Amino acid sequence: MRGDSASMKVLRPATADEAVRMYARAPKALPVAGGTDVMVLWNAGLLNGRVVLDLWGVEEWRKIRVRKDGILIGALATHARLREHPAIREKFPLLSEACATVGAEQIQNRGTIGGNVANASPAGDTFPALAVYEAVVHVASAKGRRTLPLSQVFAGVKKTALAPGELIEAIFLPMLPRRPDRRVFRKVGQRAAQTISKTVGAAVLFLNKDGTVEELRVAFGSVAPTVRRLRAAEDALKGRLLTAASAEEACGLIERDISPIDDMRSTREYRLRVTRNILRAFLWS
Amino acid sequence: MTPAVGTNVLRKEGPEKLTGRALYIDDHKLPGCLFGATLRTTIPYGRLKRLVFDPAFPWKECVVVTAKDIPGKNEVALIEHDQPILVDEIVRHPMEPIALVAHKSRARAYEALKHIQAEYEPLDPVLTMEDSLAVKQAIFPPSNVFKDILIQKGDLESGFTQAEVVVEGEYRVPWQEQAYIENNGMAAWVDKDGTIVVLGSMQCPYYVHKSLAYAFGKPAEKVRVIQATTGGGFGGKEDYPSILAAHAALLAIKAKKPVKIIYDRPEDMAATTKRHPAWIKHRTGVTRHGKLVVQDVEVVMDGGAYMTLSPVVLSRGAIHAAGPYECPNVRIRARAVATNTPPNGAFRGFGAPQTLYAAELHMAKIAHTLGVDPLTLRRINVLKLGSSTATSQVLRESVGAEDVLERCVVKSGYVKRRIECAQHNRDPKSPAWKGVGLSLIYHGSGFTGAGEVMLASQAGVALDKDGRIRVLAASTEIGQGTITMFAQIAADALGLPVGWVDVETPDTSKVPNSGPTVASRTCMIVGELVRRACLDLKNDLATVVKGGVPRSEKELRRAASAVCGKAPSKEYIASYEKPREIVWDDKAYRGDAYGAFGYAAIVVEVEVDKATYEIKVDKVTSVFEIGKAVHPLLAEGQIIGGLAQGLGYSLMEDPVYRNGVMVNAQLTNYILPTSLDTPPMDIEILEKPYSHGPFGAKGLGELPMDVPGPAVAAAVFHATGRWIPELPILPEKILKAFSHDQAKG
Repeated sequence: MRGDSASMKVLRPATADEAVRMYARAPKALPVAGGTDVMVLWNAGLLNGRVVLDLWGVEEWRKIRVRKDGILIGALATHARLREHPAIREKFPLLSEACATVGAEQIQNRGTIGGNVANASPAGDTFPALAVYEAVVHVASAKGRRTLPLSQVFAGVKKTALAPGELIEAIFLPMLPRRPDRRVFRKVGQRAAQTISKTVGAAVLFLNKDGTVEELRVAFGSVAPTVRRLRAAEDALKGRLLTAASAEEACGLIERDISPIDDMRSTREYRLRVTRNILRAFLWS
Repeated sequence: MTPAVGTNVLRKEGPEKLTGRALYIDDHKLPGCLFGATLRTTIPYGRLKRLVFDPAFPWKECVVVTAKDIPGKNEVALIEHDQPILVDEIVRHPMEPIALVAHKSRARAYEALKHIQAEYEPLDPVLTMEDSLAVKQAIFPPSNVFKDILIQKGDLESGFTQAEVVVEGEYRVPWQEQAYIENNGMAAWVDKDGTIVVLGSMQCPYYVHKSLAYAFGKPAEKVRVIQATTGGGFGGKEDYPSILAAHAALLAIKAKKPVKIIYDRPEDMAATTKRHPAWIKHRTGVTRHGKLVVQDVEVVMDGGAYMTLSPVVLSRGAIHAAGPYECPNVRIRARAVATNTPPNGAFRGFGAPQTLYAAELHMAKIAHTLGVDPLTLRRINVLKLGSSTATSQVLRESVGAEDVLERCVVKSGYVKRRIECAQHNRDPKSPAWKGVGLSLIYHGSGFTGAGEVMLASQAGVALDKDGRIRVLAASTEIGQGTITMFAQIAADALGLPVGWVDVETPDTSKVPNSGPTVASRTCMIVGELVRRACLDLKNDLATVVKGGVPRSEKELRRAASAVCGKAPSKEYIASYEKPREIVWDDKAYRGDAYGAFGYAAIVVEVEVDKATYEIKVDKVTSVFEIGKAVHPLLAEGQIIGGLAQGLGYSLMEDPVYRNGVMVNAQLTNYILPTSLDTPPMDIEILEKPYSHGPFGAKGLGELPMDVPGPAVAAAVFHATGRWIPELPILPEKILKAFSHDQAKG
């Protein structure tokens, strides 16, 4: 334990306005939501001397609002709440399933969706679901508010495209046109809990009446610097019947969108093969 | 009096631990205590040129110690004296201590380390066993071999002539981290009379005592070592606490204040000992029907940069390398070699899990080659009463190998489940392959060969004037139940209630040297000494109590006063006596390696996902023969914990080393099994009493660590048809085995 709390300064806003104003005045502060990623750095002493912006007290960012056009999830909604929330379970089940695999219960009780996105880990377990649901991220700063699609939020490994002073306040999931004909969420890690994904994927499939593919949306994490939609595979199947051959063809295109690496947790070969196997099993089994 | 042995009495220290009153080393408040931190090397091999202290840093706030401050010899006294307490010139691994800093603030102590620059002249390191054997660089001259063991039985050449089928195999096992809950930590201070006192987390107080007396040039009575409540050890607190204690004491002497050093998890994982990686080759000759004719085994273990306990780990590994089978012709050659990595050390099983993994998986391979069931092969060759082991030890009593095997097979439904899984695997629609694996192991209790004679352990019991009975032993409670078990043994030997017996804190000023808390020896060896000492006390009590045995605590107090006379207490100490029939020839490595062996069998059921190659253990059935379960619930706890640790070793624990240092030295990326990864376990204990163990007891602690690995590998083979000869059995390796086949075919 090398964290030295005495050397750190903690700012504790109670409202969204206060949060963005404090952040504007202390742009080098580290925003903290649930703190589950931050605690690892704190423990290693890497945050000694830093200013921390503790967002936990901003109640208005905790709300989950179910609207006609979609669900607006406050950035501070925890994984545990998203896992249990009836409307999310019904309309966006891939997100509930993903939240149930984040860390373990303790992490889910504390970790938040906004914190997860802001941390921008290549292995963020909620990201494939958010990508498939085409989430829109709402950000706020002292200068005002804006929205940007999830795909534009991630700039690289642990990097976001948020401007200085910007905080994530909510994530909006637009309603799907109808219930997908098929869906899948799959996380592959080294153990049953408290594990960082080797590959993690989510997909929905809409079929036309004649059985051809109306729309396929599929995204994977841990196989590129940021979460990726497998656009080449999605496009290749549009309007076609799912057969062993067409599924195999789509599986052959995944490297157009992902570029897994060898690291401490797994190998490029494994990530590629398993990602392909999961996609194949989803499309054709 | 109802006997306590064999019943589940309450754990002695349970209430203290449950209520948070138990004090671990970091909980002890010592007045004026400073916090110590350690500067470590960053290169695997080279010369330390100098240390540069940042002139801008306020050094007068700190106490700094380097090798120059060591009053005695800059050597850690263990088997060999090759390891320095602090590096003075040659750097031999990347986590060696160079300098120590103490400050009243923990954060400032760590901060100070950043203001010391070590300048090196690097040399080419030796980082693998292969490079070490090839003497790419003589880091332990002349050959880099710490220890070379040769076990021979019968005649190898004639064995291979007789053999009808010869099966070869090569196996590898990695490091493993003990991952005790409490990291290493130690406090030290100097008493008014000049006695150096250390208090901390440890397994072996007298090892620490010996090395401190040596390093500080002090007579034995001027060094006092006290064990604090310890949060687990698994071997990881066997030798390293000697270094840590010396560090804390060096700082305390210079600071003239108590100093505490508590490692955090990354430092503890990267700097302290691991299980020895090993590389094992088997060449085995059998008859067509599966009778073992000849076993030729080669073992190489990576000892790391200093000898530490490697010769002893190697010895146990070598002795167990042929498995629990009888074979007339055996050769086992084992070597421990030096590399520029932190020294590897003791870890539950102590060399045996490595060699038994190879031996047992090789049995599965032989069975497959011959086309017989692995169970049949084991039935043909299993050790029985009167069998002779690889070291030509004739098993005279308490041989439970067949019993555990047969009971485990029945209990698990092994035969039926094998058939069912094979049928399941014919269905191409199923998302997973299923498999069943079996293994059988033995594990010697106590120190090897003449080890117990050399230890010459002493333990005993004291009766205080006020009627308090205290068991006296340096054997430590590290979560495994030592003190509860001692109290049970003492109570039954005395014929008194278990609640009347206390166990003294392991403190070298209060207890005799009962040897280290290792090697599944505490119950069998030290427990027997306690029992014998209690018989002497019982005789004394009989002379002063009507009816021989006190019936109330009041009667005990009266008797104590009579026994003690004017003294505050009377001590009864028993010393180890070698059973006459145990004969060991250390030169030839032949004879009775252990007084007795414990036995275990396991059946593991796994499924392997066809899309992800993830392995899930569905069920474990395991049967143990341990002579006598002194405390059945604690014994079961040891078994469940050990099996879980063994499953971690088999399936996920994978230390990654780069340039000689562990780079995943955190619990976030060194993957241990969680409770969700731990399968249902069906466990049974069998008892075939051993005549020299207390109430028949033999060792238990290490058996469960030995047994899961080879059964998991055999089950994966049964499921997938792929051999994974290298632990851990990761999904990546199974995928590779499949890709390899595709590439070939």
